[in-house]
Amino acid sequence: MLNGAEDEEKWLAEGIAGIQHNAFYMHRALDSSNLKEVLKYSAQMLSELRTSKLSPHKYYELYMRAFDELRKLEMFFKDESKHGVSVVDLYELVQHAGNILPRLYLLCTVGSVYIKSKEAPAKEVLKDLVEMCRGVQHPIHGLFLRSYLAQISRDKLPDIGSEYEGDADTLKDAVEFVLQNFTEMNKLWVRMQHQGPGRVREKQEKERSELRDLVGKNLHVLSQIEGVDLEIYKETVLPRVLEQIVNCKDDLAQYYLMDCIIQVFPDEYHLQTLETLLGACPQLQPTVDIKTVLSQLMDRLSNYAQSSADVLPEILQVEAFAKLSNAIGKVIEAQVDMPAVGAITLYVSLLTFTLRVHPDRLDYVDQVLGACVKKLSNIPKLEDSRAIKQVVALLSAPLEKYNDIVTALTLSNYPLVMDHLDNGTKKVMAMVIIQSIMKNNTRISTSDKVEVLFELIKGLIKDMDGADVDELDEEDFKDEQNSVAGLIHMLYNDEPEEMLKIICTVKKHTMAGGPKRLPFTVPSLVFSALRLVRQLQGQEGDIVGEEVPATPKKIYQLLTQVIEALSTVPSPELALRLYLQCAEAANDCDVEHVAYEFFTQAFVLYEEEIADSKAQVTAIHLIIGTLQRMNVFGVENRDTLTHKATGYSARLLKKADQCRAVYACSHLFWVDGQDGIKDGERVFLCLKRALRIANAAQQMANVARGSSGPVTLFVEILNKYVYFFEKGSQQVTGAAIQGLIELINTEMQSDSATPDTASDAFLASTLRYIEFQKQKGGLMGEKFESINL
Amino acid sequence: MNFLIGAFKPACNISITFTDGKTRKQVPIKKENGRTVMVPLFQSQENIAGKISIEPLQGKKIEHNGVKVELLGQIEMYFDRGNFYDFTSLVRELDIPGDIYERKTYPFEFSTVEMPYETYNGVNVRLRYVLKVTVSRNYGGSIVEYQDFMVHNYSPPPPINNSIKMEVGIEDCLHIEFEYNNSKYHLKDVIIGKIYFLLVRIKIKNMDLEIRRRESTGSGANTHVETETLAKFELMDGAPVRGESIPIRLFLSPYELTPTHRNINNKFSVKYYLNLVLVDEEDRRYFKQQEITIYRLQDS
Repeated sequence: MLNGAEDEEKWLAEGIAGIQHNAFYMHRALDSSNLKEVLKYSAQMLSELRTSKLSPHKYYELYMRAFDELRKLEMFFKDESKHGVSVVDLYELVQHAGNILPRLYLLCTVGSVYIKSKEAPAKEVLKDLVEMCRGVQHPIHGLFLRSYLAQISRDKLPDIGSEYEGDADTLKDAVEFVLQNFTEMNKLWVRMQHQGPGRVREKQEKERSELRDLVGKNLHVLSQIEGVDLEIYKETVLPRVLEQIVNCKDDLAQYYLMDCIIQVFPDEYHLQTLETLLGACPQLQPTVDIKTVLSQLMDRLSNYAQSSADVLPEILQVEAFAKLSNAIGKVIEAQVDMPAVGAITLYVSLLTFTLRVHPDRLDYVDQVLGACVKKLSNIPKLEDSRAIKQVVALLSAPLEKYNDIVTALTLSNYPLVMDHLDNGTKKVMAMVIIQSIMKNNTRISTSDKVEVLFELIKGLIKDMDGADVDELDEEDFKDEQNSVAGLIHMLYNDEPEEMLKIICTVKKHTMAGGPKRLPFTVPSLVFSALRLVRQLQGQEGDIVGEEVPATPKKIYQLLTQVIEALSTVPSPELALRLYLQCAEAANDCDVEHVAYEFFTQAFVLYEEEIADSKAQVTAIHLIIGTLQRMNVFGVENRDTLTHKATGYSARLLKKADQCRAVYACSHLFWVDGQDGIKDGERVFLCLKRALRIANAAQQMANVARGSSGPVTLFVEILNKYVYFFEKGSQQVTGAAIQGLIELINTEMQSDSATPDTASDAFLASTLRYIEFQKQKGGLMGEKFESINL
Repeated sequence: MNFLIGAFKPACNISITFTDGKTRKQVPIKKENGRTVMVPLFQSQENIAGKISIEPLQGKKIEHNGVKVELLGQIEMYFDRGNFYDFTSLVRELDIPGDIYERKTYPFEFSTVEMPYETYNGVNVRLRYVLKVTVSRNYGGSIVEYQDFMVHNYSPPPPINNSIKMEVGIEDCLHIEFEYNNSKYHLKDVIIGKIYFLLVRIKIKNMDLEIRRRESTGSGANTHVETETLAKFELMDGAPVRGESIPIRLFLSPYELTPTHRNINNKFSVKYYLNLVLVDEEDRRYFKQQEITIYRLQDS
């Protein structure tokens, strides 16, 4: 190969030298106005272009050198005073050259002068030139020669309004000339691949690509002809060009030229000739990258549609969508071997088009998706990653456009398309959908839509068949499930009846999620349901006695079921929290038995499932906190529950935990507010008990480690004392507080005390508070006056 | 040269002038010695008239047995050089035997001379017309002077002039159809035509159209044929595919052609052929030769 390149350099150098040598003598002859010599040396110079050894790239270099010389020659020919021969005679004279290539270059050059002289109609000369050029059948020679012809004739076409305008058919002549040159050039170009022995196909295609603009230039010239209006374009230009494109049966040419047409002619023309243009597509070779071509077209049309408001009716009028859709169908049908990615890309383009041009026509969108489903169902399994990417693009497009998943949910084919994705991609797509909802704060307000939505994102909702669970990335999984949990809150309707339906639907789907998902989804569902309960409570007055489908009772049943499902996980701590939440809601709705039931469930869980001591501590504090706020219970139930709670508190493992739980229980007997019980006796009992436990803890610490622990527990209890003292409990007296402070001081001064800055500070600020209350004066001040620090 | 002749032949100067010599068209002619001189141009049936003047050298007299002028049409074969065959011979006696003392001028005229053949200068044969003035003498040898002139004969455009159209080929290899617009062309004519490729299975490199001249001399077993290629005109560059039609436009004016001569006085013939040659990439030549008739059309 290296040798080949070197040789080529050598040949090129020789060619250039040959041109320079002859150009030198030609210049001399030009200077002395010796026509005979001029013709001789110019022909010899042009003979260098007869080489077949150069690649197109190198040949072009050679051609450009000759081209520059030909311009000087043309100047000479133009000036009759220099050579004394009329242009008509000159036109014959140059045809005496024996070699065809130099002869035709000279003929074109004189032809240019001939047209300018207007001694013959431009059309006659052009017709003669384009006809004579047939003699050059060598692809590269011919392409460059005809390119030269195109070049010199560009400004001399008998276009309407041009100074070379001819008779009535003048425009036809101009168009005919360019079309013919184009056709012949394309034929030569296509033929390149069959000629040249021992050439590698790849190299050949590269070489051909280098020449494509020579061919395409003709189309550009056509588009520049003033007189080519829509009608001419429709009747003559396009059919002729397409005929050539289809008939040449060459994929490279077909692809390039189709693209050329689309780029070169105005969008308005494309719109009006859509049928013709698209009609050619299925006739192209199966290997043509038609998807890119059509995508380009649709891109241009949609840009065009947005360029001005007047365009849109035009697009509607020509039924662009129907035509495009039809054409794509046919292309896919015709190109049996087209990979899935190609077909889907086409649909993506069509979808983009319709979204931009007809944003209001959801049926179009659905139609596109439907067509895609049809195509996909013929493919056993979508494995090509690029194809999958395209499907994702297809599905994402409507979401981005409408910023509203609700719209997508009305598309019947949307889920069908999704069905063709593999599990991983389904999840990705589901995430896209959820993120869209979140971002746009879209509310999904009917159970039907919810149903569809969950169908779409089912990849996230439950384990798919054949999915390998082990491969799941824990973090991704959490993200996904958190998104689903968030999504559940977006499913909302003010109408309780519909809301209940939604909840039922969500429940149906989430319950199938399996133990790994439930901890994420159940809380959302529960809170969603609780919100409904509270809402119903709020409007109870309006719907008394009627046969209401959405009753709190039903919802409570549902809630129980949902939370029970967590036992399969198992996740007792979570279940317990949820029960407590439910109990609180029931409390708000004033249904004692339900609240009681939920509490019972919570206690059962506590007893049976929560064994871990830390979890127990947390749970018991939750229970106490919730129970404290309950006001629905009658004395009996409340007693039972508080009794239980206190009991559990005292049975915690660590003394410190016991102590804290017990003094927390004191609040169960003192509830602020009008109806709240204020049982000072039992409060005091709790506190004393806590104090005892704190003492015991201190002693245990002494025994075990030889030093007593910090006095923190005592200070905490002191705070409770102060709280209840302030609240006016009879049993918690100033003396009691004072006693406790002394106790703490003693403890701190004992030998075994461990100094602890945190508890010291705590104590100090507590004391400071008491001092502050004393100084504040008033009722409270007087009360605190009894404490001596 | 005259000076040299004068040195050896000091007897007299003979000059031949034509009556319309000043206005008649002069054309170049190549002499045997390679020099080109301008001579008057005649055609058949014309009157050839003029004056011959004989001027003895200063102070000499020429004694002669008579003066005559001959108009000769001669054919010279090169294998028999110097031996002229006269197909036309006309004589005018200018003077009876006597003496010439001073410059003497004789008018002469050959009226409506039949000159059926054109002047021709070929590879192996020459046809010429000449005026020969002879001053006969008994001793010292006769004095002879020659004056060449040229004869062109013009033909009207032929009433029937069919195109040449033919399909030729090599089976399963190459089939072409070619067409030349005429079978008869005048000297300044242009050949228009086309070649249509019906089947191409060989890799053609180029295609030429040649004009060939076939000059045959002698007759029977002694026939000698000489063929020259006068024009080699490239019609096509590169390999065509089936269905291509290649145009032909060949101007004849740049080439040195003569009209076709058929069996001139049973001595020679000159015929013209168009030879279509296709050359493939291995430099094999495929050709087809067709005779065309060339005639001289009167300049308008």
